[in-house]
Amino acid sequence: MATLSADFALRLRSFELRLALDVERTVALVGPSGAGKSSVLRAIAGLLRPAEGRIALDGDDWVDVARGICLEPDERRVGLVFQDYALFPHLSVRANVAYGGRDRVDELLERFRISHLAKARPRELSGGERQRVALARALAREPGVLLLDEPLAALDAHTKASVRVELQELLAGFALPTLIVTHDYEDAVALAGTVGVLVDGGLRQLGAPEELVASPRDPFVASFTGANLLHGRTVGHENGLTTVRLESGELLYSTDDADGEVGVVVHPWDISVGRAYLDDSALNLVSGEVGSLVQVGNRVRVRIGPLTAEVTEASAERLELARGGVVFASFKATGTRLVPLS
Amino acid sequence: MRRRLLAVLFFGASAVALVFLVLPVVAIFTRVPPGRLLHLLSSPVVTDALVVSFKATAIAQGLILVFGTPAAYLLATRRFRGRTLLVTLVELPLVLPPAVAGIGLLAAFGRFGLLGSTFRFLGIDVSFTQTAVVMAVAFVASPLYIRTAIAAFEAVDPDLVAASRTLGAGSTRTFFRVVLPLAANGLAAGESLAFARGLGEFGATIMFAGSLQGVTQTLPLAIYAEFSVNFDLALALGALLVAISAALLLTLRLILSWRPSPRISPSVFAPSS
Repeated sequence: MATLSADFALRLRSFELRLALDVERTVALVGPSGAGKSSVLRAIAGLLRPAEGRIALDGDDWVDVARGICLEPDERRVGLVFQDYALFPHLSVRANVAYGGRDRVDELLERFRISHLAKARPRELSGGERQRVALARALAREPGVLLLDEPLAALDAHTKASVRVELQELLAGFALPTLIVTHDYEDAVALAGTVGVLVDGGLRQLGAPEELVASPRDPFVASFTGANLLHGRTVGHENGLTTVRLESGELLYSTDDADGEVGVVVHPWDISVGRAYLDDSALNLVSGEVGSLVQVGNRVRVRIGPLTAEVTEASAERLELARGGVVFASFKATGTRLVPLS
Repeated sequence: MRRRLLAVLFFGASAVALVFLVLPVVAIFTRVPPGRLLHLLSSPVVTDALVVSFKATAIAQGLILVFGTPAAYLLATRRFRGRTLLVTLVELPLVLPPAVAGIGLLAAFGRFGLLGSTFRFLGIDVSFTQTAVVMAVAFVASPLYIRTAIAAFEAVDPDLVAASRTLGAGSTRTFFRVVLPLAANGLAAGESLAFARGLGEFGATIMFAGSLQGVTQTLPLAIYAEFSVNFDLALALGALLVAISAALLLTLRLILSWRPSPRISPSVFAPSS
């Protein structure tokens, strides 16, 4: 498979974006809105002009600022799927797909299960159908690289889940270097084998999703992976344990080593919830009122003071968890990560 | 009580406004019996004026489309210093009193005008010719078209243009296959407004082109020339213009009501920049 290598700087309205990235299979960039995610795609597609750096597909230079090369969008073999799909409203589905290239229109309509919609106008389609048309159109161009801008953001929560599965399968079949940007970490994990966290115009961490969850390099990465992040300050080191005093005054213990202002990272699924205090191996204990209970699939997310814990539906019922009830949350020192706060 | 008084005032005001606007139009058709009106329309003054009017307006519209469309597109899509000033300058003829437009055209292109000697050197003399009629019409009507066309081009979603480019279309192909079709309704609306304005052009034409029957005498000029000589004929010309204008307005209404929205899926989410 081909490799897209991008290493460039882009001057945006309020900040500068710098990025070095090789896309071989599927990479997802996550980050808050305003982090410059879409601008990365636009720069690769040729809709924005980098101030410096290089963008190349295999040996083929698309941008090389030093050598004065910057190809027009139509000279790059790129398939960009826009956030709200940008289908041509005045053209039928078939004509939209054919706009990218006439050779494989029927095959693509078939493959994306939109043959029956060939004569329809985009405004008559559902969100999922529009996405399939946008993908088919991008592929009709025979691109060397596929770029997806928030592919699931324009869909309502109900369709999103099924479209995500569908998209997963489709991407696996394309065998194209693919770069996805999304603000949703779960979407990123579902769609890509490598995830990069983009904050304030810079790539904070790039790696496999498990890597980001297990050892986040900084608080942003931690909060993006859905982990709890508790602010505190280290107050002592003893027996290989670091003691952290939280802003709320409570003491926590971690097997990680750090000094000064830190964020204590702990994942919701590493936290046990009980009605009574249990004297077990978990060193860290936080008690508090249940703030909220939210069902997520077959799990329940419980908010206890500053923490979010995840328990099974059965446990939640057994413990008779309810808002306002006092519970104990415990987690092991080995289940925490300390990330320095700047 | 006060509520009723307000309602009476509003209805009263509306009635006065309506009667005031409609009465002159109705009067044109009632002063002279319809049969005679039709008969008068076959007089040479009317047919000559009709030919001059339509010829000049059609040529002017062609020029407005050819020169105005690219200008409107650039003004709609480019951001540069002085853009607002430029747009204001382009729109100025719209609010200029027709007499000022006429004197301006004379001062620029007339025999003793700014370009007068250049034109004379080239063997061109525009004043008091049909060319002058075309220029007067184009001068007063084109800002209406350009203004509407700028709005139409601005309404085309820039993402659709970007999509076209990434799909391998160059900027020319993108313009003709995406931008133009999506702006077409707005352009047609602007065009019919400009057409109506051009057809009714009076002040600038009479000053810059004169009122020669069969050469520069357009329909409105013919009304002016006839109303002291043959009032009935002037009325017949008036009736003709009312009919044409009504047809234009109706066309415009149809164009505007048949408008596929340019944006198809407005996202409820803020775009991630």
